[in-house]
Amino acid sequence: MKHFVRVAILVVVLTVLLGFGLDNMGYMPELASVQGAAIDDLFRKHVWVISFLFSLIMGFMLYSFVAFRKKPGDDGSGDHFEGNTSLEIVWTIVPLFIVLYFAYLGAEALAETRRADPNAYNITVVGSQWSWRFDYEDFGFSSTELRLPVDRQALLLLTSTDVIHSFWVPEFRLKQDALPGEGMERELRVTPTIVGDYKLRCAELCGLEHAYMLSDVIVMEVSDFEAWVAEQTEGPAGDGAERGEAWAQQFGCQACHSLDGSDRIGPTWLGLYESIETLVDGSTVVVDDAYLIESILDPQATIVEGYENVVMPPTGASMTEEQIQDIVEFIESLSE
Amino acid sequence: MNEKKKVNFLTLGLVRGIIFQVVGALLGMGFTMLIRILIGLPAWNAEPVWVSGMFVGVIAFLIGVGAFSDWFKWAKGEETSDHHSADPSLPGWAKYYSISFDHKVIGIQYGITSILVLGLAGTFALIFRTELAAAKMQFLDLGTFNSLIGLHGIVMIAAILLGIGAMSNYLVPLMIGASDMAFPRLNAFAFWINVPGALLVVSSLFFGGFDTGWTAYPPLSARAPLGMQMFFLGVYVIGLSSILGSLNIIVTTIRMRAPGMNYFRMPIFVWASVATSIIGLTATQFIALSFQMVMFQRLLGMGFFDPGNGGNVILFQHLFWFYSHPAVYVFILPGLGMISEILPVFSRKPLFGYKWIALSSMAIALVGFFVWAHHMFTSGMAEYLRVPFMYSTMLVAVPTGVKFFSWTGTLWRGKISFPTPMLFTLGAISVFLLGGLTGPPNATVATDLHLHDTYWIVGHFHATMFGGFMFPFFAAIYYWFPKITGKMYNEAAGKWHFWLMFPAFYVQSLGQMRIGLLGMRRRIADYDPALNFDFSHLIITIAGFVIFTSVVIFVVNIWRSVKRGEVAASNPWNSRSPEWLLPTPIPEHNYADHPFEVVGEPYDYGLEDAPYIKMPSASATD
Repeated sequence: MKHFVRVAILVVVLTVLLGFGLDNMGYMPELASVQGAAIDDLFRKHVWVISFLFSLIMGFMLYSFVAFRKKPGDDGSGDHFEGNTSLEIVWTIVPLFIVLYFAYLGAEALAETRRADPNAYNITVVGSQWSWRFDYEDFGFSSTELRLPVDRQALLLLTSTDVIHSFWVPEFRLKQDALPGEGMERELRVTPTIVGDYKLRCAELCGLEHAYMLSDVIVMEVSDFEAWVAEQTEGPAGDGAERGEAWAQQFGCQACHSLDGSDRIGPTWLGLYESIETLVDGSTVVVDDAYLIESILDPQATIVEGYENVVMPPTGASMTEEQIQDIVEFIESLSE
Repeated sequence: MNEKKKVNFLTLGLVRGIIFQVVGALLGMGFTMLIRILIGLPAWNAEPVWVSGMFVGVIAFLIGVGAFSDWFKWAKGEETSDHHSADPSLPGWAKYYSISFDHKVIGIQYGITSILVLGLAGTFALIFRTELAAAKMQFLDLGTFNSLIGLHGIVMIAAILLGIGAMSNYLVPLMIGASDMAFPRLNAFAFWINVPGALLVVSSLFFGGFDTGWTAYPPLSARAPLGMQMFFLGVYVIGLSSILGSLNIIVTTIRMRAPGMNYFRMPIFVWASVATSIIGLTATQFIALSFQMVMFQRLLGMGFFDPGNGGNVILFQHLFWFYSHPAVYVFILPGLGMISEILPVFSRKPLFGYKWIALSSMAIALVGFFVWAHHMFTSGMAEYLRVPFMYSTMLVAVPTGVKFFSWTGTLWRGKISFPTPMLFTLGAISVFLLGGLTGPPNATVATDLHLHDTYWIVGHFHATMFGGFMFPFFAAIYYWFPKITGKMYNEAAGKWHFWLMFPAFYVQSLGQMRIGLLGMRRRIADYDPALNFDFSHLIITIAGFVIFTSVVIFVVNIWRSVKRGEVAASNPWNSRSPEWLLPTPIPEHNYADHPFEVVGEPYDYGLEDAPYIKMPSASATD
């Protein structure tokens, strides 16, 4: 019996040390969403159960190593007992109820993250190799950074133009894959709680530059957000080329096309206009208005040599005719 | 020895096989090009020509190594002698390089191959771990990094499957009192097909690699370089080995037990091995199927997973995980069986709750079939599937817990000693405990939304793999080394191996979990310096190198001990298991001249007059 008392003390001490140690360690990043709170609560419960069970088994084992180690010269055997059915039943049934209880908690916390606010506003999140675009459909513009007003629920509709990507902002805790294909849009609800700058990180391996598939996430005061929306919906001022520059910015074209002649995933726009390009079938083409418009609307129609393995997302489908015309003018201005 | 002829390289099955594979691949490519010309296509198209060439190469390897020879003769109506071992004129070491039907030779072949492949996969890991030691790209490019992580994963899986093949092939017939496996030729076939399979997987590096990780999710895998196809084909072939090997273990266990050896008197490892084999036999087809569908999508334009062609990308994940989750139980169950096997010997006590442990393996295998979608909680699969799969997944914790409690009961009031095999067994329990306990947070959907695809998961599953396979595998090698070789390993070097690997693993795994929670994603070649993970990554990398060093010590120890270790006693651990009562080296036909009868319980350590087996000739040996 004295053995059991000592082990019990050891297990309690270990549990308290581990549990409080982990609690005070700050193992999670800052929490910045309503939905994340339910997740953190549940995780903390897990951490305590882990601390207890780890201490329980390790406590018994460590104690046995000391108390029941073979003394030198002792070639005898240990006590002979082959098992204990009541004990086995207890340590089957008790864990069964614990895991069922945790599954129940898990379902509850999941429901918490899915709680819908009827006033939520919609943003379509489009993943492409290797950039994100955000279509603010309620307001009719697009952006390459995700700006959210604080304390208001955003209903994100995730989709992809090519492979599977995954939306993850560690401070929001939530994760959801963005799938390619019609009818494959998936929902995620986020209510940010703290004004600040965060990063959206693609969490599903999506090819070569997956590591760098990031976007800025900016949580703003509601008034600041409204001012930004007003600025965006007004649209850019200036001539066609200036507007085109702004559209290219909004639709994230520069994720793949550089403006300074350097190599990115797609061809640079510097000096592109009126250049002569060789296509994969060997023929040549002069890059003019018609060719550029075709390439924006149907990127796979003609492929320039050296870009056989690159698939441009059909971003043009989300643009108006005027926007495309402006972008073409902008590209033209880069050859002057 | 003086009558043995000098070894001509071409008489070695392995060399012949590889030559056949190369020639076969070229012939296959030529044949494909011929067909393409005949149906009016341009002769050269890299993908179909290479893929079908490589496929023919695999079959050619098996012909070259001699895996089909007896079957061909049977098909022609010829008799084959019941020759068991390789060409008897070969010197001792050469038999391991040629086809042999002796389950012990095949077990060693599996084991050596496993350690080689393990070293290769570990080297891949060290390369990309070095890259990760600091933010920014140092010496790898993104494409190579992505290929290396996928290769590390799949080559490790191959190493683990080979290691399991080693343990179960060598031990199951010996433990149940059989003189070989039920299907010796199938057994040899199942081993040798791994060699061309492994070559194919590694060859993917030279075909542009593949940037998908070992999970190969489409549509990414449908547009990856040609290396992807080599990966698919290699895994396909290795999977066939798994299916055939499992079939053999199950039949052997059902049909070839010694008199009196009823199911609840078998050494406990046999239970684990059968549980694993049930999964291997019935689930492996699904990973093969899922990969085959992507192969055909790429080769023949069948749009299974092509959203542009009405395909569904989620379907792949269901098929893939339907095998690949149970597969992790394939990886750990033999290791857990090994823990249960070795623990009583060094505690000098009966295994606590034999039947509960035996049945818990079956329970894990069974429940394991109903949990696959917990890999897909964030995948966008049908919403209503998430909660039921959370419940089923949590259930796995129950039989796993039974094992831990029973192991604790086995140690309690024992007379515990700590030679190297026992250290690795206890290390396995501790590390698997860490891996097991970090599982439930991934199983409850809400917390998984944060944890999925992060380094937390990486830390978690490496703990399950090290606790469930690596540590028990090393324990098994040290434990049976004296019986296999007749020599004793170096105890001091064994302890160095353990005391380097054990703490280093904890540092590595806990470090991974910590940065994972803080925002480190899986499978990224580079991380944002703003996250301040540099120092943690450096520590993890150093720990990785320490683990690798400890394995090098292990290999050197084994190598030197085989050559000039002390001669070991016939039963140095004073075990009750039947294989220890055989003379060393174990006769070619195991128990043919040493028949025995089971008269008691396997783990009645410390009980007077309660022998496990009665072997009339046992006293005459030693």
